Amino acid sequence: MEWETVIGLEVHVQLSTESKLFSGSATAFGAEPNTQANIYDLALPGVLPVLNKEAVKRAVKFGLAIGAEIGKHSVFDRKNYFYPDLPKGYQVSQLDFPTVGKGSLTITLEDGSEKVIGVTRAHMEEDAGKSLHEDFHGMSGIDLNRAGTPLLEIVSEPDLRSAREAVAYLKKLHSIIRYLDISDAIMAQGSMRCDANVSIRPKGQKEFGTRTEIKNINSFRFVEKAINYEVQRQQDVIEDGGEIVQETRLYDADRDETRSMRSKEVANDYRYFPEPDLLPIELDDAFIESVRAELPELPDARKERFIRDYELSEYDAGVLTSEREMADYFEAVAKHSGDAKLAANWVSGDLLALLNKNNMEIVDSPIDAGRLGTLIARIKDDTISGKIAKTVFEAMIEDSSGVDEIIESKGLKQVTDSGEIEQLVDQVIANNPDQVQQFRDGKEQVLGFLVGQAMKLSQGKANPAIVNELLRKKMA
Amino acid sequence: MAFDKSEVEKVAQLARLHMSEAETAEVASRITDILALIDQMQSIDTDGVEPLAHPLDVTQPLREDKVTEIDRRDELQTLAPATEDGLYLVPKVIE
Repeated sequence: MEWETVIGLEVHVQLSTESKLFSGSATAFGAEPNTQANIYDLALPGVLPVLNKEAVKRAVKFGLAIGAEIGKHSVFDRKNYFYPDLPKGYQVSQLDFPTVGKGSLTITLEDGSEKVIGVTRAHMEEDAGKSLHEDFHGMSGIDLNRAGTPLLEIVSEPDLRSAREAVAYLKKLHSIIRYLDISDAIMAQGSMRCDANVSIRPKGQKEFGTRTEIKNINSFRFVEKAINYEVQRQQDVIEDGGEIVQETRLYDADRDETRSMRSKEVANDYRYFPEPDLLPIELDDAFIESVRAELPELPDARKERFIRDYELSEYDAGVLTSEREMADYFEAVAKHSGDAKLAANWVSGDLLALLNKNNMEIVDSPIDAGRLGTLIARIKDDTISGKIAKTVFEAMIEDSSGVDEIIESKGLKQVTDSGEIEQLVDQVIANNPDQVQQFRDGKEQVLGFLVGQAMKLSQGKANPAIVNELLRKKMA
Repeated sequence: MAFDKSEVEKVAQLARLHMSEAETAEVASRITDILALIDQMQSIDTDGVEPLAHPLDVTQPLREDKVTEIDRRDELQTLAPATEDGLYLVPKVIE
């Protein structure tokens, strides 16, 4: 039987505010345990929450970026459950009146086509602390630094039909969030976390199958692997005559499998009710419009502009705009070099390869945009050839001095002096009488070989156009 | 609508409350009475009445995003029965 996969993602994003959602405690990553956990975060008796304006602003910013309805009237609710990393015994969240309502974003599929993915809602809530289960004499250690950090939980519609689509959605979400600068969104550090709801149904069936929820997926790659594993597992269960049980499953990256968490059927009753310690949030048009005025150019708009203004291909524009820092870097190189096409080739080619090889981010690049721009400018003004530029580029990784100094000190300047090149050409003609004869007999292809010989003699420094021209002239 | 003993037991378990047989029976009957009152309230026509999230007709004040709390870990940890390496220790919570 042919199956169709149905996926919806719940993505938690830590909003990168200075202080917590309801208290004035710091939110810095990596602080000593419990040094950022104060009386509200520890839920001492009598403490009351005061809402962080910046968190609300960031949530609204996200909503506006995905064209969502902004909840002008939103309400916080208590989600009740017991766990030691949640000292209050409830998580303050939003149930019926979230700050961000229905919106959507567009993903690009592998064949280049686009698909609109619905976002059901995005609500604000507080993060929990962390439990450490290593041996503390048979006890668990609790660090509440993270407790109360503002989260935005972004819930997608069940519009995704494959693991690849889920990854494309997650990457698009990541890109928008980074452009907005509302979160670090680093999956490995947990500032962006993803749960996947996965089900399958016979192709053509309207009703959804029973879904499972996969938790604990902490990289883009694992999202794809975890979903693919789970889809296969569900198919096997059904094809063997079994039934899918609605449950929460954990992804184990080491074994590349999902497995059932202990059944939480009873515990899963959260008994939500409106948080009596907080009043409803009313957002007026002036506030919403002031946030809208702060929206930066978003990835889709920037991609369109790159295609239009720099005449880049759809693909190149997509690669260069996926990260805000990458797009900024490219634009600086394009401006500095005066050649957007070459800039795009170098950034998406050699530079990206270098960064990927060393597992670096663009902001850590050993070659800044100014230097790469100068390098390209030197190709354009014929100081060096495109091939020699690769040598200079390699040297620039280790050597932080100026491009011109490197070209000079390594003697890589292109030879454009025709007298010097003439000598080379004469030497090539003298050394290769057979090939010269073949050329004169009309075998055009031999020219390439002879040009290559001359370039080799010059150690790549001769201007190939002049070599070409002189060879033709001399052999005529 | 009646609220029977098994439902009381379920809610008690969710709230981590220990209740005796006698208490369970009594609570079940009292909640049943409360639900009867709610049933009565359900018959009131509320068309056009906005849901109420809070009895006060005021809205949530917002605070500027500033760190105002200082690190008081040493002081706060004197309140806890057990700590180690800056962590609060609790009975093991994972199987």
